[in-house]
Parts: sequence; structure tokens; C-alpha cells
Amino acid sequence: MFEKVLIANRGEIACRIIRTCRRMGIASVAVYSEADSDALHVRMADEAVLIGLAAASESYLQAERIIEAAKSTGAQAIHPGFGFLSENAEFVKAVKASGLVFIGPPADAIAAMGDKIQSKKLAEKADVNTVPGYIGDISDAETAVSIAADVGYPVMIKASAGGGGKGMRIARNEQEVRDGFGSARNEAKSSFGDDRIFIERYVEQPRHIEIQVLADGKSPPVYLHERECSIQRRHQKVIEEAPSPFLDEKTRQAMGEQACQLAAAVDYHSAGTVEFIVDKDKNFFFLEMNTRLQVEHPVTEMITGLDLVEWMIRIAAGQQLDFEQKDIKRNGWAIETRVYAEDPARNFLPSIGRLRRYQEPEKGRDVRIDSGVDEGSEITMFYDPMIAKLVTWGSDRRAAVTRMRAALDAFYIRGINHNINFLSAVMAHPRFRDGNITTNFIAEEFPEGFAGRALSDEEQLGLAAVAAFIEWRREGCHSMPISNGSERVVRIGQEEYPFSIERAEKGIRVTSEQGTLSVEGDWRPGWPLFTGQLDGSAITVQVDRRGPALVLTNDGCRVEALVLRSRVAELSRMIPEKAPPDLSRYLLSPMPGLLVSVKVEAGQLIKAGEELAVVEAMKMENVLRAVSDGTVSKIHAQPGESLSVDQAIIEFE
Amino acid sequence: MQDILGELETRRERARRGGGEKRVEAQHAKGKLTARERIEVLLDEGSFEEYDMFVEHRCNDFGMDEQRIPGDGVITGYGTVNGKPVFVFSQDFTVFGGSLSETHAEKICKIMEQAMKVGAPVVGINDSGGARIQEGVASLGGYADVFQLNVMASGVIPQISMIMGPCAGGAVYSPAMTDFIFMVKDSSYMFVTGPDVVKTVTHETVTHEELGGAVTHTSKSGVADLAFENDVEALLELRDFLSYLPPSNRDEVPERPTEDPADRDDHSLDTLVPGSPNKPYDMKELIEKVVDEGEFFELQPNYAGNIIIGFARMEGRTVGIVANQPMVLAGCLDIASSIKAARFVRYCDCFNIPILTFVDVPGFLPGTSQEFGGIIKHGAKLLFAFGQATVPKVTVITRKAYGGAYDVMSSKHLRGDVNYAWPSAEIAVMGPKGAVEIIFRKDADDPEKIEELTEEYRKKFANPFVAASRGFLDDVIMPHGTRRRICRALHMLRRKKVEEPWKKHDNLPL
Repeated sequence: MFEKVLIANRGEIACRIIRTCRRMGIASVAVYSEADSDALHVRMADEAVLIGLAAASESYLQAERIIEAAKSTGAQAIHPGFGFLSENAEFVKAVKASGLVFIGPPADAIAAMGDKIQSKKLAEKADVNTVPGYIGDISDAETAVSIAADVGYPVMIKASAGGGGKGMRIARNEQEVRDGFGSARNEAKSSFGDDRIFIERYVEQPRHIEIQVLADGKSPPVYLHERECSIQRRHQKVIEEAPSPFLDEKTRQAMGEQACQLAAAVDYHSAGTVEFIVDKDKNFFFLEMNTRLQVEHPVTEMITGLDLVEWMIRIAAGQQLDFEQKDIKRNGWAIETRVYAEDPARNFLPSIGRLRRYQEPEKGRDVRIDSGVDEGSEITMFYDPMIAKLVTWGSDRRAAVTRMRAALDAFYIRGINHNINFLSAVMAHPRFRDGNITTNFIAEEFPEGFAGRALSDEEQLGLAAVAAFIEWRREGCHSMPISNGSERVVRIGQEEYPFSIERAEKGIRVTSEQGTLSVEGDWRPGWPLFTGQLDGSAITVQVDRRGPALVLTNDGCRVEALVLRSRVAELSRMIPEKAPPDLSRYLLSPMPGLLVSVKVEAGQLIKAGEELAVVEAMKMENVLRAVSDGTVSKIHAQPGESLSVDQAIIEFE
Repeated sequence: MQDILGELETRRERARRGGGEKRVEAQHAKGKLTARERIEVLLDEGSFEEYDMFVEHRCNDFGMDEQRIPGDGVITGYGTVNGKPVFVFSQDFTVFGGSLSETHAEKICKIMEQAMKVGAPVVGINDSGGARIQEGVASLGGYADVFQLNVMASGVIPQISMIMGPCAGGAVYSPAMTDFIFMVKDSSYMFVTGPDVVKTVTHETVTHEELGGAVTHTSKSGVADLAFENDVEALLELRDFLSYLPPSNRDEVPERPTEDPADRDDHSLDTLVPGSPNKPYDMKELIEKVVDEGEFFELQPNYAGNIIIGFARMEGRTVGIVANQPMVLAGCLDIASSIKAARFVRYCDCFNIPILTFVDVPGFLPGTSQEFGGIIKHGAKLLFAFGQATVPKVTVITRKAYGGAYDVMSSKHLRGDVNYAWPSAEIAVMGPKGAVEIIFRKDADDPEKIEELTEEYRKKFANPFVAASRGFLDDVIMPHGTRRRICRALHMLRRKKVEEPWKKHDNLPL
């Protein structure tokens, strides 16, 4: 076994690998960029080596420096994690050439699976179901049209070197094929420097289900069951689970066996994932093989009890699997949600900044958190905006979902935008609860983006009772306790909840027309979380203040509650609601960023769709266009200026 | 006897009606509560003791003898806020437009005098069309009597002005002399001359809201401290605000129980100051993580944002906080921020409130507008205020403390009691690059040499240890232990006493 391993990665996956190394008694070496000098993975590792500037191309993608770091620290092997150099065959060769061990599959397998066209050919050869389609170079649009007719509509036009949705088009007729072919080819060329295109059948109501395989290169590969990763936004996975609520035993076995056939066909060893797309009739087709550890591997670990990183290390060290296919357990249900620094209200645009407040839910046997940050960490524009992976386990899917909702409620992050409320809303969504999901779930169920889940009447009443409890505690701690039998009105939006408050053993009882609710808990002023019992059921509510109001967050909902004396409530009813300022007259910056240019000037007539300004954020230029015809009255920001979110750039008449 | 008792009720009922149903409706339609309703929101339930309900004006000119409304447009008295006595006057816009008559002024003076005698804060709720013109000079005399009492009460009891309607002309000078001004957006305004006069004299077209609204005064002029969405929000926040203030200069700061441990470490503070000296960070994060329960009552948040002022508590006791904000103008001192902080420091000193100062200041803001505007005298105000203050003064330098601004920001030399610095502190005459360019002017053409010398200067001076070696700092502390160290210092300083040489009063550079 290795004595020292270098981890060529950062963030949560680096931390996760270090943890397994430590458990196995292996010393760990971290590498880091200048932006990560205070990062958690650097502090966790036994040693750490600075390998360059913040940009990944200057650090985490610098193969030579990483190999050099391994040699200088005496590490015998390199674990690449995922992303960065993990699927770079040249890197694998370089590691080998320098006398080190690469903890992952052989270079040839990576190369073979790295090309969409080649991998599909290999899959067909290995008797793996593939999506009907045409493999080979397509020279022009007319050839594309005739191929599409053979494959059968609807078809998908894809860049051969593609990924992440770039260079991808769906066509339902000849004209759409002609248009899509040209634009997909251009995009493929500009994004990947490779304009090869292929065409295949477009699968409707698709689910993304993948098989985890493990191979030691000696005994036959085994499959560790499936993961369903259908909940995606912008072609990126957000929520994954194992097993899939959709598969039957027969399909599972067929998919698992085909995955193993493919692994065997490329002499695979280490952990890998074969991704399939599954249609509504449980027909499954090979998508691609990921020759690395997957982000979502923890759900597999939770149901099988295996540590995939440990097995990757053991296999790399020449050990053989000590179990066979029939020994692999499938115990209960595991769900993973990816907590991202992003703004669900703004089409999931990434958000950057310091984690001013960061408190994870309590970990345990059934709650696993893989994160690479702690309070005060910086989410930078240089790397992936994932903050943490939250994984819960339950004896069945329902139990895992229930635990996930509670854990999300207790995940307290402030300082940046994040998607916790969105994740809670998906967990609470009836379609998700029923397992009735496809890869279009988010697009179909949240077409306008996400602005918070709507509360049921009962839930709102419950939060009002919690608000009364918090105010009762606050006043009890700070000034004069609310006396027994006092009346208070909790105002949430236009809704009022008149309560009579009575002290109970561990909290209060509030009585209104809707009946009596008991609230118990140990909340104290300044605590970000209320954890307690609402009418006998456990509840966790995040508590913030905004002026005199309490801001309560629970289960994907956020409300502002004012707790008022009855007479004050009566008086505040007399105050008319102010109309919110008319923001349609302004062009607002949709994100924090740099104003690159303003394309119009005061007095200018503009047409809907016209380019108004360009804002750069996360190294991406975002063109802001006019939503309607109008006249520019004033320019509020100048090029070169740093913009905050919602800052006015242009005012219209 | 029943008739006699009944007569009292009838008269009270008459006074409570104020200007009548129609005017009350008009008041509500403007989004405003009535004078009495405002008192109900402010004070604890049932605690209001009203004075002078039956006072009427003494004017007989211009038909005023026909119009007498008991109370005469202002409701006065005392009550409690969270159990503590507070005096209050609340102008009633429904009665003669809340205009100030001689008797109206007398009512205000009466409660102010009593508040000074007993040592309790005065809250003035302003909603008045101005002078009672029918009374002429008698009304002006009334204003002046109130002004004089504002002066007398200044530094004796806290005076807080709520602007909840018009407040124009001479009337603005009473709130101007009080300690704090809170305004309500869209329904209050303050100006010396209104939009009509402005238009005639300077030909500027401007609305009431633009000229003297809550947003203007809390972001452009700095006249007011806070702006609120409506009457209820303003008065509820005032209740919270009052909990920080000692009732008079004879009292100690209020203390309330807290379960926030004094020795609570916060390790995220160890990464608050970024590696690069040019990168900003939010000083408010430090404040919120150091004070009790994360509660910080900030004043003037939208004005001169390069300095932060406000109240918080340490171990349950009120402290005044002054802090440079690197997020705005790199935390430079300029005219507006110096005045803002100087007045706040003097307030704290008046009322025995310890001052906690967090320093990250690269210097004074350069430029003609600053020099022509008199930064010399205005900057001196802050220097003067810190130097003059005899309350406990605890200072923590987090990063830059350069040049004269280092001296100003509650340094050891200005009788700072406990002065700490984080290891990231740089206490120097100026930044390393600027210093080297002056000392080695002849090498200006040799960038390599300049860089080398800059590095040398940085190693030598851009740290807290030179200052610590001279005793200008009492210790260099770990950021995560900041709360613990400050709590201990404040605890030790509770018994601080300073003897000052006799003087009538100082001559602050105005």
C-alpha cells in the first residue's frame, strides 16, 4: 500500500479523498493555487504545495507542476478527483512515465471513452444498447437531413467533442435539421476547436440513470447499482439518488451487465460510471462513460457501504476486489443535493463572495456532508461554485427525503446567494415525491425560475406560531416577559394571526380561531436556528432579522413576520401598502460584475431586443438587451464600474 | 357629583377627538398615524400619562378666538418604553396643521424641563406646518424657548426627533439640535426653505421629497440618522433604539442579560482580512461577529459609508462603535465621515457609553474638493472628539493605520485606554510603495530597486510590531479572540475615572 498520496484537486473532493487516506493510514499531500492558500483542503492535508496562480489553467491543470510536487514530497501516487486532469489521458501517461501511480483507469480507457463517436462505436461492439444514430463525420446539412430521416425524428444534433450542452440542437423536421446543423457546427468549432458533428435519436421524457462500475483489472468488473440523476438544470446535475425510483430488477440487471461488458471491453480498472438515458418505456441507451470518480458517488457509498475512494486506492496499489457481484448490497435509499453558490431567482447564475455565515446541519450515520469550506471561506470566480454535497440516507425513499428536508432546513449560509431553498422546494414537490421525474423536471416545473416555494395556509400558521415563540423568548430574555394570556398579532404579508399566548412547560401555547398550537424549543437571541417542536412535530427554522421584522426560512419558504401588540396591529392596518418602485423603467444589473460597455446614450430611441450594455461576471460577458421599445433617459453607470446586483445601469423614459 | 365627573370625561373626549374625523381621515390617507396613535405605538400599553390636555391658545386675532381645540395641536406627557420612563411630545397635524403657538411651545417646554429634572429621554414627534402665523412673534418666541431648552438638555438627557410629517423653516432647528433624527420615507420632509421659494430664488425645480425627504437627509445631507418605510416601523425601531441609551448623563449604560458568552471565539475572523492589501472586506462582519448576539444598531448607514457608527452591546452593556469601512472609499477619512463620527463620539462621551473603535484607514482622502471644503477643520473635529472623550476607549487595528489618520482613530496618544492590533495590521506613516518613492526619490527611474526597497520597507514597517515595541499598542491579538479581549478590557475599564482641568467648555473646531 502507498504511504503517501497526492491529491491533484481542491474543494470538497480533495477533502473527501484526504479523509479516506487518513482512515487508511496514508499521508496526504494537497496542491493549491494562490486563491486557495487558506482553503480547507490545504489545512486538512498533511502537506501542501503551492502550484500556481488562481486560474485553473495556471495551477490545477498544470500537469508538470503537480507531478513535480508529488516527487518533491515523496508521494507515490496521485488521485485526480474529478474535473481538472481526471480524464486527461496525457496526464495519466505523464504520471506513469515519472514513476508514479495514477489512481484511476488506464490511459487507453480514458482516451477511448473520451471521444463521443469512438466510445459509441466501442459500446455497440460490446453489445451495449446505443441510441439509434449516425456515427461518422457529417459533411453538410443535406447529408444531415437524410441521416435524420434514417434515424427517425425527433433527432439530436451534437458536437462530437461536446459536453455541458454546448453544440447541442434538437430538430423535429428537415428545416430544423438544416438550421441546427450549421449552428451546432459553429458552436462546436468555437467551443472545442473541433467541428465534428453527429446525429442521433432524441429520447423523449428522458431519465438520466447511470451505473457505477468497479474493476480491479483481474477479476470481472462488478456494478454497484445505479444512480438516478434526472434533476438537472442547464445540463448539470443538482439532485441524485440511489437507487432509481424507476428501475425494475430486470432493467437494473441488464444495465449493470452491459456497463460491465463495456468496462471489460476497454480493460478498465478503478471506479467508473456508465451513463444511460432511459425512456418512458424503460428502454435504455448508452450515453457515455465517465472514467473517473463521479461527484454523486456518495449515494452509491451510502447504499452499498463501500468506500469508492478506498477501492480506487487499493486497486491502484494492485489489490484485488474481495467481493463479487452477488455480495454487493443495496440497502435503503440515499439522496444527494448539491448546494451551489448561485441564484435560483436569476436562472441559477453563479454567485461569488465570502461565506459570512456557514453552519452545516448535524452530521451522523444518516446525514453525510462533503464540503471543502467553512465559515469565512471565499467562493471565487475561478472554480466550480459548488459549496457542499448534502447526502441523506433512509430505509426507504420517503425516509431519505424527510431527512433531507430537515437537513436543508438546518443548513445556514449567508453572504452569498445559494440554492438551498430551491433544493427544499424540489424535495417538497409532489412530482419529485412520486418519483415522476425526467431531465426536463426543472425546466417544466420552474419555467420562470424560482422565487421561493408558496406556503400552504397551515404552514404559514405554523411559522406565525414560531414567530410568536421567538418574540416571546426575545422579550423574556431582554426586557419584560410577555405575561401569561397576552395577545399578540403576527403579521405575514397581508395575513394576520391574532394569538393568545400562554406559557407551557418547555415553551408556549398559542391559541387562535384555528385552534391551539404548542411551540417548544431552546432558541436564544442571536441563534441562527430555531430547533424545536411545533405541535409535537420536529421543525427547524432559520431566523434572521430585518428591522423590526423576523425573517423565517423553512422548507424552501422565506417569510417576514412582524409580531405586534394587538393595538399596534390595528393601527398598522391603517397604513396603506406602498406601491413598490417601478423598476421596469430601469435596466438593472442581473448579477455582480464589471460593466464592460454601454451601447446607448441618453435620448436614444431603442427597440426591443437591442443590445444595451455588456456586463462581465465569472469571466462571461452577458449582453443585456431591451425588453421593449422606448427611449433612454439617463445612464446611471459608466463602463469600468463594478456593479452590484440590481444596480441601475440605464433609466428609460 | 356624577355630573362633575361626567364633565371631565366629556372634556377629555373632546380633546381626544383632535381636529375631527375628517382631518383624521386625511391624516390616515397620507399613510400617517395621528399624534395619539403614534404615542400608542411608541409607549408600553397603557403607560401614557398625559399633561396639559386642556391647554388652549390665547390668540384672539384673525378669528382664532372662534377656534379653540383643547390640547392646542400637541400631545405631551410621559410613559414607559420597555418599562423605562420616556417623555414625549407629539404634534397633531389635524389641529391647526400642528402649528406651533405660544401655548403649544409651553407644553413642550414643560415636559423637557421635567425630563431634565428626573433624567429621562425626550422623544419629539414632529408633524407641523410651522409657526402659528396668526400669533406672530409670540409663536417665534415659543420656538426660541424650545431651542434654548434643546441646548440646555443637550448632553444631559437623550433627545430624539421623529420627523413624521412636515418640518420646515425655523422649526427644523429644534430637531437639528437633538441627538438623533429619524424620518419616515414619503411622508416627512425637513428643509429651511421649501420648493416654491427655491424655485423663485435659484430657479431650481425640486420636489419636497427630493429637497428634504427621508432619503435625501439620510444619504445626501447627513442631517437625519435613519429612514423608515412607515410610522409603525419607525416607532418600533425607536423602541429598540431607546434600549441602548442611558436615561441621562448621571446614569451608567443600561445592562441587560445575555447568554452570549464573553469568551466566544470566532475563527472565521482569522480569514476576514484578505491577503492582498488592496482588496476590501466588510468591516460590518467583524462588528456583527464581535458584539452580543450579532445585534448592531447602525446609524447613518447610507451616508459617509466609509465610516460606520452605531450601538451594540458587550456582555449586555451598551457600547458605541466607530469603524472604518474598507468597502467604501477604501475606508479613507473625508469631510463627511469625520463629522459623522465626531458627533457620534461626542454623544457617547456625554452619556458614559464606552467607545469601541475598529481601524483600517489608509489616510485622509486627497483632492481639491476636500481641501476647499475644509477637511483640515472637519478632520480636526474627529481628532478633537476622540482626544476629548474620557469614557472607556478600546481600539482594534485590523489592517491599515496610516499617517495622521492613525493618530486620529482613537490611538494610544489620544488617551486610548486599551489599544490592540491584529497581526495583519500595518501601522506606518504611509503605505510601503509611497514611502519608498519619497525616501528614495533619486531611484525613481529604477523600478527594480524601488521594488526591492518597497519589500524592505514592507518587512520593516508594514506590521504591528514596530508600534507594539514602542508601547503604542498594548498587545497584538489573534482575530478569533477579539471578542474575549474586548470584553475583558471593557470590564476592567468599568471603574475608569479621569480628572480634567477646569474649563467653561472647549472650543471644538467648527
